Amino acid sequence: MSDNTMLSVKKLSVSFGKSVILNELSFDVFKGEAMAIIGPNGSGKSVLLRTLLGLVHHKGEIIWAPNIKIGYVPQRLDIEEEFPLTVKEFLQFKAGNYAEIIEVLEKVGIKTGETHEHHLEHHILNQRLGVLSGGEFQRVIIARALIGRPDVLLFDEPTSGVDISGEQTIYNLLFRLQKEIGLTVILVSHDLNVVYKYANNVLCLNKEQVCFGRPDVVLTPEELKSLYGGGAEFYKHSH
Amino acid sequence: MDYLPLITAIFVGASAGYLGSFMVLRQMALVGDALSHVALPGVALGLVFNFNPILGAFGALFGGILIVWFLEYRTKISTEALIGLIFTVSLSVGLLITPDEELLEALFGDISAITLIDGILAILLSVSVILIMRGLANKFILSTISDELARAEKIKTAKLNFVYLVLVAVIVALGIKTVGTLLMGALVIIPAIASRNISKGLLSYIKNSAAIGALSGGLGIFLANSYSLAPGPVVVLVSASIFLVTLFFKKS
Repeated sequence: MSDNTMLSVKKLSVSFGKSVILNELSFDVFKGEAMAIIGPNGSGKSVLLRTLLGLVHHKGEIIWAPNIKIGYVPQRLDIEEEFPLTVKEFLQFKAGNYAEIIEVLEKVGIKTGETHEHHLEHHILNQRLGVLSGGEFQRVIIARALIGRPDVLLFDEPTSGVDISGEQTIYNLLFRLQKEIGLTVILVSHDLNVVYKYANNVLCLNKEQVCFGRPDVVLTPEELKSLYGGGAEFYKHSH
Repeated sequence: MDYLPLITAIFVGASAGYLGSFMVLRQMALVGDALSHVALPGVALGLVFNFNPILGAFGALFGGILIVWFLEYRTKISTEALIGLIFTVSLSVGLLITPDEELLEALFGDISAITLIDGILAILLSVSVILIMRGLANKFILSTISDELARAEKIKTAKLNFVYLVLVAVIVALGIKTVGTLLMGALVIIPAIASRNISKGLLSYIKNSAAIGALSGGLGIFLANSYSLAPGPVVVLVSASIFLVTLFFKKS
């Protein structure tokens, strides 16, 4: 393992009962990189993230860099509008103090500062978590993951609930964080355009590791066809 | 009037409301209700063999929560269906072995008959349960919102749930003297759903739930004494009345 290796995975397999969920995955993630995991529904993307977190029984090796701090953004939270929990309380569970809450909110682009303090309290901090819009909700969840200054962020993209414009800003945000604070990002994504635009490496998953490498190299029409079947549409943007 | 039943009911009501607030968030209301019925065979054994029915109740409840916890983690069978089974079976067993003359007391409680020792024990345990739960609250809420997020943050959620269920068993066992096995479920659930109507944040929700539980217990016993009514049903009706009132103050 080199100094820059954040995560090294070798021959990782996961089975639930008799069904194989992940089969012999091997890949490395380096410091400051963004790695995207793509694949059709049921291909094991979320399971892979949970396995990397140590929550799933597995075979093979998962080696994180020593003393690494991991932030995790799960795909969904069980929270309804009526759930009596304010954003402030949700962040306080993890944050040591108010300053830390403000710091992470600023990082995710929720404006703070002296003049906005009242506005922030009223519209975000004292609101119930369940009433936030999809985009605000994602930002708050990411903010929570950033408390304690993690080295790596594991982001499981929600399948729904975030509108397109909101979704784009979430990606801008993730990759801004990657650049600004050197955060290593591992994300599950459903949007190939986003992957192509932002990710350094992509892992194509369909229980097996279909491909791994730079998106512009490995995301060929043939690979995508074998990953998603015939129906996948992908427009290669030129920048 | 004798103040011991009144004070005991206030404390038991407060801790039932406190714990109940978490149970309702976890959507475990049915578990609370079912557990209260599981206590009946234990109470009956206490009455038949002349040991403290609260101890018997706690023993039966402890068995009950072991089963609930086991089902949650070790099997794929629908927990709800099995809880329905356990609850009717234990109610049936309890009804068969409870001596006829004691049946009403076992089912609906009789706090006026509480001894000084039982009263003090109930108060101390109520306070302890609240203090322990307060220490676990944040972890418990996080695991309610997302079990995997909690586990990713190194919270041992299975253990946490077990401790929580033990606390519920203690409170249900205590509440049996106050409102009886049939109605204890109400004292755990109603304050929480009433509080949910009027509270925005978590802290106020939990505190209001405990306060409504305490008020239901205290006012219920007071009214029951004043009008010579059975205390259990009066306590439950007071809490239900508070729930009705909170509907008019519902925060949207």
